[in-house]
Amino acid sequence: MARIGFLIVWIGILLLGGDGATAARPVVADLSNHLVAITTGFSGTDVLVFGATDDRKGDIVMVVRGPRETHVVREKVRLAGIWVNREAAVFPAIPAFYAVAATGPLNTVVPSEIRKRHGIGVEALPLAATDSSHKSLPDDQARKFRAALIQLKQQAGLYPEALGVVTTLENRLFRAELELPATVPVGSYTVEVYFVQDGAVVGAEITPLFVSKTGFSADVYDFAMYNAAKYALASILFAVFAGWAVALVFRR
Amino acid sequence: MIQVYLPIAELSVDAAVIVGLGALVGFTSGLFGVGGGFLLTPLLIFLGIPPSVAVGSGTNQIIASSVSGVVAHFRRGNVDMRMGGVLLAGGILGSGLGVLLFNLLKSLGQIDLTIRLSYVVFLSSVGGLMLVESVGSLIRKVPASSAPRGPENFAWASRLPWLMRFPKSGLYISAILPLGMGVVVGILVALMGVGGGFIMVPAMIYLLGMPTQVVIGTSLFQIIFVTIATTFMQATLNHNVDAVLTLLLIAGGIIGAQWGARAGAKIGGRNLRILLALLVLGVCSGLIGELVSTPDDPYSIVIER
Repeated sequence: MARIGFLIVWIGILLLGGDGATAARPVVADLSNHLVAITTGFSGTDVLVFGATDDRKGDIVMVVRGPRETHVVREKVRLAGIWVNREAAVFPAIPAFYAVAATGPLNTVVPSEIRKRHGIGVEALPLAATDSSHKSLPDDQARKFRAALIQLKQQAGLYPEALGVVTTLENRLFRAELELPATVPVGSYTVEVYFVQDGAVVGAEITPLFVSKTGFSADVYDFAMYNAAKYALASILFAVFAGWAVALVFRR
Repeated sequence: MIQVYLPIAELSVDAAVIVGLGALVGFTSGLFGVGGGFLLTPLLIFLGIPPSVAVGSGTNQIIASSVSGVVAHFRRGNVDMRMGGVLLAGGILGSGLGVLLFNLLKSLGQIDLTIRLSYVVFLSSVGGLMLVESVGSLIRKVPASSAPRGPENFAWASRLPWLMRFPKSGLYISAILPLGMGVVVGILVALMGVGGGFIMVPAMIYLLGMPTQVVIGTSLFQIIFVTIATTFMQATLNHNVDAVLTLLLIAGGIIGAQWGARAGAKIGGRNLRILLALLVLGVCSGLIGELVSTPDDPYSIVIER
């Protein structure tokens, strides 16, 4: 419950601040936690997004974008009886995680051109695919792989299908729980909060969120990736020593 | 249940299952006197470990089991260092080619398929041959012929250039032959995560005509260095060696190998070979099943870094 106390203090500060320097800002927002640490036993976590708006009536829409990575989607076909990866589509620099939350259904809250402009909702994401030699794909192929990408991402819980719920209080305070699954990609995220009034964005706020691995497994991973030669030598020496020790102990 | 996160495979496994698997493979290798890599990698794949990580970590584990195995052969003087050196030179060249090929296939999205297909080809031929040979000898009630053919049967091998004398094996043959064998087996080490003993040993006996008593020791000797070189290249180029997975496998292997060697002394050699053949064919048919059955989702996704 420390989180709730923290939230109340923060919102107090936000509201008090609202009378002074930030008087002109229609929306302010923050996160309960800017750093999500993935440890060995990590099984997913929630991050609270909260904030306040000025007293105008409107809707809140939140967009969470994960680190941009190049994704390759491959399609298996049956070839001489066995299943073989055949065609592939490359999606350069698309968010590895993407989630949307709002106070109401997206298509009633935000007009489609604004959704397109700000990339609100999976349908509004560009997600342009190329073939493996970076040439653009024909339309039907691009559509097919785009649908497959979204489905795979949704199955992995990385593009959550359900629209998150933003709850409001007194028309001024809002909050939403951002659920991060156990497989949440590591990297820097942005949490965008839009204040929408009569189909127009009247205020926006962007806050960063970092997801990083910590602890033993993170150290092993970093060692293997960034110090590969030393990691290789350590693995080899360990195996040689273990084998030799076994031969000494179980001398036949 | 002790869940352990494998940092390179990027998934959680039950430590007891992996140690048990290591013990099972160690048991089989102690029982049958084979390395067991050709069983370990497919079994890891069945458990859901990505094939590429199964191959890299399996190679790392083989270093440990070969080192512990070679010590006894060194004590008895059953290692032909000169022959081992030539095989090893070819082996390192081959595994270098294999690791590069691995890297290329990985970027083409075909590495998992290649690993599975190589296993199907090798397990079905080795298992099939073993079964035919051991069942045949069971029916005929005569012991299987184990007398190696002498090098004089291989006159063509001494017509090749680079003739070399191998006093320990009593051979005077062209170095090209063991060098080439080394290259072929080295490629398999990199692609399949095996030590390659199950191909090297018959090739040494039937192709080179080496005396049987030096074959196992020499094979183990060259496997140590080829798997060391392969582990180094896999870890630096393909980043598929999972230290936590290797550690669990080595721990299990130590227990299993001792237990297997004792059990092996109680069961007869011919029955052992039939059992091993059935085991190899069972694993092979499991892999075939995975290749031909319709996948849940024809699409798959990877992140390229």
